[in-house]
Amino acid sequence: MRGYAGKILEVDLSTGNIKEIRIEEEILRQYIGGRGLAAKILWDRLGDRWEEIDPLGPENLLLALTGPLTGFAPGGRICISGKSPQSNGMIGSTIGGEFPVELKCAGYDGIIFTGAAEKPVYLLIKDSDVEIKDASHIWGKGARETVLTLVREARREFESRSRSRGLWKEPSMIYIGPAGERLCRVAAVTSKWAHAAGYGGYGAVMGSKKLKAVLVKGTGPLPDVFNPEGTLEYADKIVKATLKLDFFRRWGTGAAGYTVGAELSAEPVLNWQEEWHDEKSFGVDKFETFWVKRFWGDFGCAITCLKLAVIDSGPFKGAITDNPDYENQAYLGTNLGIFKPEGNIYLTALADELGFCGIQVGNLLAFAAELYQRGILTKDDLEGIELEWGNTKAFADLLRMIAERRGIGDILAEGTYRAALKISRLKSVDATAYAVTSKGIAIGAHGMRSGKDYPHYVSYSCSVQGGDHTSVAYIPLEHGSSELRAILYDSGVLCWFNFFSPEAQEHLWGLLEAVTGWKITPEEWLNVIARRILHIQRAMLLLGGPDLKWNPKVHDDVPRRWYEPLTKGPHSGKALDKSKMQEAVKEYYRVVGWDENGVPASEELKRLELDSVDKKLEQIRQSLK
Amino acid sequence: MSQPGLPWIFRDYQRCSGCRRCEIVCSLSHEGKIWPEASRVRVFMLVPGIEIPHLCAQCYDYPCVEACPVGALSTSKETGAVLVDREKCIACGRCIDACPGKVPYIHPRDNYAVICDLCGGDPKCVKACSEGGWNALQLVRGFVGYNSKLYAKTPEAITKELAKKLYGEELAEVI
Repeated sequence: MRGYAGKILEVDLSTGNIKEIRIEEEILRQYIGGRGLAAKILWDRLGDRWEEIDPLGPENLLLALTGPLTGFAPGGRICISGKSPQSNGMIGSTIGGEFPVELKCAGYDGIIFTGAAEKPVYLLIKDSDVEIKDASHIWGKGARETVLTLVREARREFESRSRSRGLWKEPSMIYIGPAGERLCRVAAVTSKWAHAAGYGGYGAVMGSKKLKAVLVKGTGPLPDVFNPEGTLEYADKIVKATLKLDFFRRWGTGAAGYTVGAELSAEPVLNWQEEWHDEKSFGVDKFETFWVKRFWGDFGCAITCLKLAVIDSGPFKGAITDNPDYENQAYLGTNLGIFKPEGNIYLTALADELGFCGIQVGNLLAFAAELYQRGILTKDDLEGIELEWGNTKAFADLLRMIAERRGIGDILAEGTYRAALKISRLKSVDATAYAVTSKGIAIGAHGMRSGKDYPHYVSYSCSVQGGDHTSVAYIPLEHGSSELRAILYDSGVLCWFNFFSPEAQEHLWGLLEAVTGWKITPEEWLNVIARRILHIQRAMLLLGGPDLKWNPKVHDDVPRRWYEPLTKGPHSGKALDKSKMQEAVKEYYRVVGWDENGVPASEELKRLELDSVDKKLEQIRQSLK
Repeated sequence: MSQPGLPWIFRDYQRCSGCRRCEIVCSLSHEGKIWPEASRVRVFMLVPGIEIPHLCAQCYDYPCVEACPVGALSTSKETGAVLVDREKCIACGRCIDACPGKVPYIHPRDNYAVICDLCGGDPKCVKACSEGGWNALQLVRGFVGYNSKLYAKTPEAITKELAKKLYGEELAEVI
């Protein structure tokens, strides 16, 4: 077994028991790591009772898994998973940083958390020394204080354990903010200032386990690989190919803030009431003036597409965040009617500080603002907040209310879709009409109505990760944007942006073989490995529960809003076509191996030796007849 | 000891992207593996966004060499780098105490002090850093002398200074 540390740490937070488990090579060959391995572990442990498991209860698992390519491919990432409190299925949610590399250097490919602690705790790993520690002093604290306090504490401890060895570098960490502690379903697992595993709502899962943070310092080397020379050769080719992407490197995804809005007309504006703007203030040249670092990245990264933005004066002084990247520019900017970079940077930094996913919470804020626009939510409902489009301070106040679950914040903390259901009952209106989500997950900031951006008709309607714009369904399946390709990145575990160039993508298979020694062809990936992982995720999504279940006939669709025509911009008048959607969905079912009701077909599951999945799905097949 | 014309690694901390490609190439070159904790240049991130590549500054008076009780440290005539004799080194840590920047550290597996050897005058970390256009580490010549020692600072001290510049006085206070 090459490329892997060979052990996974399993921490039972209820009992405090810590053990090491090993996964057989045969299983790793089939599921690789990250998202794929998470699907396997979750299915084996929770599959037979999936629909009964409360994602925010102690029975759920929280997984943090690396893959064999983590550390060897540019840009360190780790995949966070478990049963999702957003979709009730499983999301592979990746986050950048040195954490996965430290973990592998400490001798672990990942961590499985089971149970729930009684009091707030954090986990401190130094190689094979693993300790559950009290976190009551940082419970309730935001990102800044949490990071600074824990780095200081851990370094002090390392230095006291081994004097005269020299200075200790800080351990790397993942953590949650107040939003996760209060089980907001839009909370992220975060790292550094601006890094987040946002899709899935795993900040809330971590909070439900009373786990504030995980810190790791690994003093060993990365694991041995099958072919060291080949590994370096392929890694070098990938880095060189990535370094050629001048434009992407220079401006990061933030450049899309003007492109997707003004040019492609696919950016959310005012809760997707529009998808076009011509605000030049959202051009790259305007954000640049706030950057104190032009290139910011994580372990081994070649693209370094993050930019460090700081506001040093005015009402938003003290805000520190990334870029903001495109998604945050859209969701905490244009979608809220905010077209000033300062306001956008400030809200992004505040969402980071409180531990929110910028996409999920930005979608939620805009949903609330549209309800306010329509008089469904009033000033009284909002404790006096005048939630007008473009009012940065009002949105900041509402962010805090959600993080504290105060007043209406308690309902909104359930995420856009669930809040829409609750508010519909409360106000006797159909608020779900304004929820731009798929399977309980806010849709990434890439619209479909203009037809100019990358999503395909089935991208969000058929994705096993709902609205996740990084894992979209696509026909043909082998398309570069296909979910089957995303599964490779999320299982590898790789940074998608370091594989943006086709040249880098070509070398990926060579790197995989050099690291692991396994010859995996693109065909095997597409027809066997990725398909297996996809079907398990689809099974979990269809089983759902306990609070919500998805019916493919109803929910394999996009939000209603997208069937309404655009009213502004060069693509004014365009909308999605319902019958085209239905046709595309049927076609996707067929090509991916699902039956006419969208359930993974029995013969397909048998072909892939997923008999237990097949058996379990019989109940879904019956219910859809 | 130190003389004009010798290679020196200039460090521009604000330009450091935190990519740690310097750690990768350094550990590959010296250890044959990707091993961040055994890299001769270590990127400290005591505060996110403030990444500090920490490595030997080749002080003109080499206090580490002076402090070594067993004569394990010497300096290279060609490059001015501090060379560690692994056989002689007893990992006592006195070179660390003597270093104004606390740069040396004890190898995580073997018992000897780790110090940058400038790759014999053609440092890999500088190549990796310039290849990516980051240029946080740059090779300069003729800079060494009394100036270089000013760069022998602890990561804590450098972090504080840079935090003031990037994040402002108030926030730097908290840090």
